[in-house]
Amino acid sequence: MNASVPMNDAILQVEHLSMKFGGLVAIGDLSFTAKRGEITALIGPNGAGKTTVFNCITGFYKPSEGMITLNRSNGSRFLLERLPNHEIPARAKVARTFQNIRLFSGMTLLENLLVAQHNKLMKASGYTILGLFGFSGYRKASAESVELAKHWLEKADLVDRADDPAGDLPYGAQRRLEIARAMCTGPELLCLDEPAAGLNPKESAALNTLLIDIKETSGASILLIEHDMSVVMQISDHVVVLEYGRKISDGSPQSVRTDPRVIAAYLGVDDEEVETVLTEVGDEDVIEQLDIGPDSAHGPGASSSFMAGPVSDTVGHSTGERITVAKGASKAEQVDAKSSTAPRKPSERATAKPKTPTAKPRGGSK
Amino acid sequence: MAVTVNPERDVVATPMQRALREALYAGAISLGLFVLFIGLKTGQNISNELVLTTRWGLLVAVVVATAIGRFLYVAYGQPFLANQKIADVATGLLPASAASRFFQLPAFIVAVVLVVLLFALNNSLAGWVGPGAAGYLQFLRALSVIYVLACVIYYFRGFIHANFTKLGIAALILYPILVVAVLSLMSWSIVGGLQGSLKWVDNYGIQILIYVMLAWGLNIVVGLAGLLDLGYVAFYAVGAYAYALLGTQYGLSFWILLPAAGAMAAFWGVLLGFPVLRLRGDYLAIVTLAFGEIIRLVLINWREVTNGSAGISGIPKVTFFGLMTFNVSDPNYIAKVLHIAQSSAYYKIFLYYLILALALLTAFVTIRLRRMPVGRAWEALREDEIACRSLGINTTTTKLTAFATGAMFGGFAGSFFAARQGFVSPESFIFLESAIILAIVVLGGMGSLVGIAVAAMVMIGGTEVLRELDFLKQVFGPDFTPELYRMLLFGMAMVIVMLWKPRGFVGTREPTAFLKERKAVSSSFTKEGHG
Ligand SMILES: Nc1ncnc2c1ncn2[C@@H]1O[C@H](COP(=O)(O)OP(=O)(O)O)[C@@H](O)[C@H]1O
Ligand SMILES: [Mg+2]
Repeated sequence: MNASVPMNDAILQVEHLSMKFGGLVAIGDLSFTAKRGEITALIGPNGAGKTTVFNCITGFYKPSEGMITLNRSNGSRFLLERLPNHEIPARAKVARTFQNIRLFSGMTLLENLLVAQHNKLMKASGYTILGLFGFSGYRKASAESVELAKHWLEKADLVDRADDPAGDLPYGAQRRLEIARAMCTGPELLCLDEPAAGLNPKESAALNTLLIDIKETSGASILLIEHDMSVVMQISDHVVVLEYGRKISDGSPQSVRTDPRVIAAYLGVDDEEVETVLTEVGDEDVIEQLDIGPDSAHGPGASSSFMAGPVSDTVGHSTGERITVAKGASKAEQVDAKSSTAPRKPSERATAKPKTPTAKPRGGSK
Repeated sequence: MAVTVNPERDVVATPMQRALREALYAGAISLGLFVLFIGLKTGQNISNELVLTTRWGLLVAVVVATAIGRFLYVAYGQPFLANQKIADVATGLLPASAASRFFQLPAFIVAVVLVVLLFALNNSLAGWVGPGAAGYLQFLRALSVIYVLACVIYYFRGFIHANFTKLGIAALILYPILVVAVLSLMSWSIVGGLQGSLKWVDNYGIQILIYVMLAWGLNIVVGLAGLLDLGYVAFYAVGAYAYALLGTQYGLSFWILLPAAGAMAAFWGVLLGFPVLRLRGDYLAIVTLAFGEIIRLVLINWREVTNGSAGISGIPKVTFFGLMTFNVSDPNYIAKVLHIAQSSAYYKIFLYYLILALALLTAFVTIRLRRMPVGRAWEALREDEIACRSLGINTTTTKLTAFATGAMFGGFAGSFFAARQGFVSPESFIFLESAIILAIVVLGGMGSLVGIAVAAMVMIGGTEVLRELDFLKQVFGPDFTPELYRMLLFGMAMVIVMLWKPRGFVGTREPTAFLKERKAVSSSFTKEGHG
């Protein structure tokens, strides 16, 4: 085991992680560390592979290569790529939310939070048998679970709507509920996939408060995918930047935001500053690209019928959602290319990616 | 007529013109549809040749009836329905609803008088007006009874709605007693009453309750966990054959075999579930369907054990908890022990209460389980399986428990069925049974016990009622058997209910826990599951 980081300092260590879908390398040789008690942000343009990293960490995908180690505060350590899907939240205490919100929309808010405490309640109810006969131990545990649910409803500012169906909530509240539900599993690592996508500034501010509160009071570390730079810069302690499945930068928010590779790839710092970089790079398309905000189309998938498709279709992407990939290929590579002034060949990744719009050929810009 | 057909005039056409035009269209469409179905009939003559008989008269009647029906609906029905929604300008009140106009006191009194008169004159009627007219009068009597009951229900609808469950259970418990009492009064003898009650308790009561129980069992799998199971009848068969075989071969008592049959069905549920539950949606449906057929084929072909399609007969009756039996020849026959008149009705009434208790047990367990973590996990699974896994729920075992629990109740119902029939054969466990049970669950509103019970009553009771409509023979000739139309009516009823209430009779969902107040969840938020 790579012990370069002391064990109780790092909660999550991702080492040489690769994930290939057929010919497409969604993540290539990614290594990073998330420290305990910190908010680590994972950023990058659309299609960079952030959600795929989450799906590998939470066991929805089995990575092609690499090792994901989780160190719990009690000293136990789990190799997440080897655990079955449902044991990752249950034993390794990793909880997650989804980019396209996945609530139990026909159940009330309270029920959503009670389902999250399933394993605990299952034990308390003697795997249903004792509970069926109304044993007092179960009744106590179920009262406690309602208390915990209420606690998180209060934190998420949703307690007034506890008895309404989750599908009836406005978008921002659904996001907060999903976070509250994840917290009800009692996680040590909370993975949030674009929690601020589609939120208005007020909801976004409420989310920031909630996340800071979680970090400070519950002791959970947070791994965050975010497009909203105000959120990332304000609350994260550590930023990892992905582009086309590769890490292009890693460090404090300050250092990341001044990294020219990151600026070119993704970040909006100052419009003029970006433009200088862009004119250096010589790609006008990037300017268009930066105007594209986070896509707001990540609503919960429409009600599906018995005839709906297999699970893998719906992991990570709501039906019909297509990942749009940046028009040019890797901007970071363009910066590199510029500095080495060598004409770039289209990378094999760009050709392997069928969804890359090739409307405007990059044509070896420099 | 050319004027009304002109589409340009669509906007200004009066309801009358529109109705005429739509009646013409409807007539034309039904002519096109039925010209081959009804207009022509193929048959064989004496020398086995194919002959074509034409039935133009019937065709014309059907087409004209369709056109008139459409005309009446567009000309009067639609404006009426629209007017029901317009409030009076002066008072701001909605017009009296169709129901309150339909259920009025004078009509109620007339109906009550009719019922009493016709019941009192029951025996002498045929003599006075001839058997043909007596049939119609009996039908009129049935209609009046229904009208009277509907009036009562309508006027007490608020009370009934508030206490539906309690009233329903009370009505079910009192039902055999009431039937015997009414029939005894009518024939002025207890024995006659008991004898007459057989049909009502057995064909209606027990039959409906078996389906209620089966549908409640399937509801756990389909309605709660959202797994589409098209082979539920397989577990019913396992339960029935478990009792039939062990009961006839080893003479074990029903009270031992009932739990054994349930356990066996649950075991088969797990056995089937393990490989199958990783499939979803259409695939799961097809594999469960195949499983149901496999069980039936095994029952047909494994002659040494199951006696093939001839079935198993002489299945022992249920005893009164071992204290009394229902066999006339036994020394502890119930009539001998209690010193009452002999009648086969005791057994039926006992069976009625037995299946009622089993059905209520199913309901009770379902209600309890829904409030337990496992039941909540079932519903969460129906809503979103991926979210379940992200919360650490083992979806495989959760699905398996749903499958096994549903199968167990199917097994209970099956062993009861075997005990009631005294005979089982593979013919009772065809796919159609699975389909009917599933249809009841869907019609009732997936997940809702009350809705499902009502749906079973309407569907199974409705088809039983068809047997009563003997007077129709007078209209359609002596060859007419209304029972043959039961699937047609079943299908029509389903289409109508699904148009009227797409989520079934009871579409709302009761939350399993609440913080401040219990609010039903509207069906627009719940999901049906992915299979
Ligand atoms: N299940 C899958 N099968 C094939 N390709 C996938 C799958 N999941 C993700 N991808 C691809 O991997 C790349 C990264 O996607 P994703 O992780 O969703 O990006 P991000 O979350 O950073 O926007 C995309 O090109 C996407 O199309
Ligand atoms: Mg994503």
